[in-house]
Amino acid sequence: MSRTVLTHTYKSIPICEKEIFRYLGYKTVPDYAKSLLYECLSEIENHLSYKVCYLELPIKIKDNVCDFELFCVSSKDLANNLKNCKKAVLFAATIGMEIDRYIAKYGKISPTKALMFEALGSERIESLCDKFCQDIKHNSGVNLKPRFSPGYGDLPLDIQQNIFSVLDCNRKIGLTLNGSLIMSPSKSVTAFTGISENDTGADFSKCSLCNKTNCEFRGNV
Amino acid sequence: MNFSDFLRNNLVILDGGLGTLLQAKGLKPGEFPELWNITNPQIVTSIHKDYFDAGSNVVCTNTFGANSLKFSDEELEKIIKSAIDNANKAKNTSSSNKDKFIALDIGPTGRLLKPFGDLDFEEAVNIFAKTIKIGAEYGVDLIIIETMNDSYETKAALLAAKENCNLPVIVSNAYGSDGKLMTGASPALMVAMLEGMGADAIGANCSLGPKQLKTVAEELLENASVPVVIKPNAGLPKSINNKTVYDISAEEFAKEMLEIADMGARVLGGCCGTTPEFISNLAKKTKNSVLSEITKKDRTVVTSYTKTVDFNNIPVLIGERINPTGKKRFKKALIENDIDYILSEGVAQQEKGVHILDVNVGLPEINETDLLKSAVTELQAVSDLPLQIDTSSIPAMETALRYYNGKPMINSVNGKEENMAQIFPLVKKYGGVVVALTLDENGIPDSAEQRVKIAEKIINTAKKYGIDKKDIVFDTLAMTISAEKTSALTTISALAKIKNELGCHTSLGISNVSFGLPQRDAINGTFFALALQSGLSAAIINPYSADIMKTYYSFKALSALDDNCKDYIENADSFITAVQNQQTAVANQPREFSSELQKAIIKGFKEKSAELTKELLKTSNPLDIVNGDIISALDVVGIGFENKTVYLPQLLMSAEAAKCAFEEIKSFMADGKTKPSDDYFVIATVKGDIHDIGKNIVKLLLQNYGFNVVDLGKDVPPEIIVRKVAELKAPLCGLSALMTTTVPAMEKTLELLKKETPWCKTVVGGAVLTEEYAEKIGADKYAKDAMETVRYAKEIIKNNK
Repeated sequence: MSRTVLTHTYKSIPICEKEIFRYLGYKTVPDYAKSLLYECLSEIENHLSYKVCYLELPIKIKDNVCDFELFCVSSKDLANNLKNCKKAVLFAATIGMEIDRYIAKYGKISPTKALMFEALGSERIESLCDKFCQDIKHNSGVNLKPRFSPGYGDLPLDIQQNIFSVLDCNRKIGLTLNGSLIMSPSKSVTAFTGISENDTGADFSKCSLCNKTNCEFRGNV
Repeated sequence: MNFSDFLRNNLVILDGGLGTLLQAKGLKPGEFPELWNITNPQIVTSIHKDYFDAGSNVVCTNTFGANSLKFSDEELEKIIKSAIDNANKAKNTSSSNKDKFIALDIGPTGRLLKPFGDLDFEEAVNIFAKTIKIGAEYGVDLIIIETMNDSYETKAALLAAKENCNLPVIVSNAYGSDGKLMTGASPALMVAMLEGMGADAIGANCSLGPKQLKTVAEELLENASVPVVIKPNAGLPKSINNKTVYDISAEEFAKEMLEIADMGARVLGGCCGTTPEFISNLAKKTKNSVLSEITKKDRTVVTSYTKTVDFNNIPVLIGERINPTGKKRFKKALIENDIDYILSEGVAQQEKGVHILDVNVGLPEINETDLLKSAVTELQAVSDLPLQIDTSSIPAMETALRYYNGKPMINSVNGKEENMAQIFPLVKKYGGVVVALTLDENGIPDSAEQRVKIAEKIINTAKKYGIDKKDIVFDTLAMTISAEKTSALTTISALAKIKNELGCHTSLGISNVSFGLPQRDAINGTFFALALQSGLSAAIINPYSADIMKTYYSFKALSALDDNCKDYIENADSFITAVQNQQTAVANQPREFSSELQKAIIKGFKEKSAELTKELLKTSNPLDIVNGDIISALDVVGIGFENKTVYLPQLLMSAEAAKCAFEEIKSFMADGKTKPSDDYFVIATVKGDIHDIGKNIVKLLLQNYGFNVVDLGKDVPPEIIVRKVAELKAPLCGLSALMTTTVPAMEKTLELLKKETPWCKTVVGGAVLTEEYAEKIGADKYAKDAMETVRYAKEIIKNNK
């Protein structure tokens, strides 16, 4: 098994406007919101980078402990997600630093635009992860389980430390982890995605695992 | 021979990859390679020895991640000592008869610095300092700072090296495929910044192969006056049949590297994927290379963390508005520590087209060192323009220079011996382009010749400190013509002489020339034109002055500095008058409005709200406007938001419009006739958390409703929050936390607040919180959104009264 962390940079990722407006809470989207989105997009477009680093890991699951050979983690929900998988892809993805600068800048001078950049950035990183997983699936002809990140269900955030040292995220894609296990750049994701030989495994909903019961979006996904 | 001498006269061959080789010997991903210095010294030593045998002049110790974030002090000392021992053993047993040196290897901390990360700049300096001190103590020949992908962290490491040892320092950054660092700096920018701070060689390593690094090498060579270092990967890694393969061979690598040597790079090596075989090929291939000469590049350049301004290109505009002189509203902002006001002045000037922002926050009644530091660091979070640090306080200047990310402009030094003795050491240590005023102990000379004499003296003194004249920009001091009719001519004549005879750049504060005259802009504009025609390189100006901007763009067009008159045409509209630039937001439900201002706020028209408020202030009482129009408009939108007929973006647009209206009211009341509200609301994102959008939204709405919001920012320790609440006797404190990992910090803050400031009501919010959770950690109130916070705050204040 290859033990070198590989990296991939995408030139662009298609935009899902609907998702951006969903983050903003719109049920119907007025014109001014659309023009604000286009304004923000044109400002940031050339300043986004789409980087992923990843590594394939073997898995052994026993009593809710997932053993990835390089590190173990105890999580019922992850074990459940990776059930029947012998391997998983561990990846870290980021859309880069610039979006944080725009959010900070507009946070001071126009919170409306800051909010738009927040939503835009969240959509960008989610779309990047989706695209990356699609490509893995497409290129290797395997089935992938839905990606699973630290903080989902009972998967502790502490696992970020293992992920960061295994993937060498800083060197590979410029991603850092702070003392409270928060990633910078902020629009970044780390996740496991199980490689499944016999089932498509799309049998879990993110919402059912989430502890935030007062969330406006609960159940809508 | 010491390394500095060797570097001066030789092509230097560094070593190749270490991590890849350790992995081949069994190091697992995620395992600390630095520990192998102790656990597997013979493996580490043999890799070093292989590199020396292959022809490396320099071997880097296995200390890339050896820092106090990862290891205890005791471990750290042991690791570094063993690492140096291993390298020394390799050096002493190598069969190579070349000159051999050992470099203490310093890699990034893996943490991002503030403001976008949580690591304080000074903390980063301390982390690097610890490693460097130990390395220097156990004996190495040089320091190599490598694979840095952030300019700010690079600065911290170089500063730590300069402050803690006298060894030569090589600095090498990791550029992405776009030719920039992760945080945005170009090779030219890094050269400006690192040369300014005294790096002995500057370069690039990792992330790319030699082919892809060529453009980076080219840009480094074009700008650097010190040796250039290139240490690429063995191409890019690919996974073939589950094996990692780099896409170029040792031979190809050497061939590409020879080309890079021929381009002028003088320090060569390999990074990830390269092996002793690569280095052996490289050493053989470049054995007969003729050493390229390093030419001195006389570029006067200042930078931010991502933008460079080159004085040789076009005349540079320096925005003068961040300065309290003669500005009541600005003074008020400084006294109230209202950083946001300073930031908005910065952003507005950038939009007007200035290239550099002058930052002066000096007032007798404030702590200038603290405020200048906040102004500089916070401006760098919202604007990518280089800054001109403008202060007469030496401690304030040093602190600002230290925390600045890039190569700043420094305002100023003058011909007085005492002043030069204070300023030049700072310029030398931190780098920068310094503005030099042509005055000395005897004041400002009347004649141009004497001002030039002072300039000569300044150049000669600077030289003694090792500061080149390219890093000095002379200000020949514009004085009012209302007092002395020849003063403008003298100033211009002096600047022309300095430009032509001394070959230096010049800068002027334009507006002094018209002091005491009516319609000052007319004089200023013409004076600016005359100065530009005489070779002026930069000017400190008011970008809101149509005459100044008109002159600037016309001059550029007339002097063939504006292709197709593009800039002139683009800016021509702004010469006439401030054009109303309406936002096209429309509220999505028709409604009757009680006033024009109310309507403008509900619809989110910023400029119009400001304008209408200004108009109303002529006839109405400010408080009536606030209560009658502004608050009523906010209530309409706020109720709509709570009923879900108005969405968050629209709520914010109205809040921004209301803020513009308030700004007019504040300017009107800046005379101090009215006492500011004492309804203090202290707000912060708790320690460890760096998310602040939610907090900013709450702050904006609270300000709208007349609360005196003290925003402590993000990642704020409990003690700071409690201290502020106590100091202000604040009745309310709002805390935000977004992550489960930072809720404990919120709990701790609440605990401390209850203990030290029991009168203060606490309200909390953030993604991971719920009503029950908030109650459990001891908050008085959980607010699900900004409007709920406003309602709660109003209630508390009402009850208190």
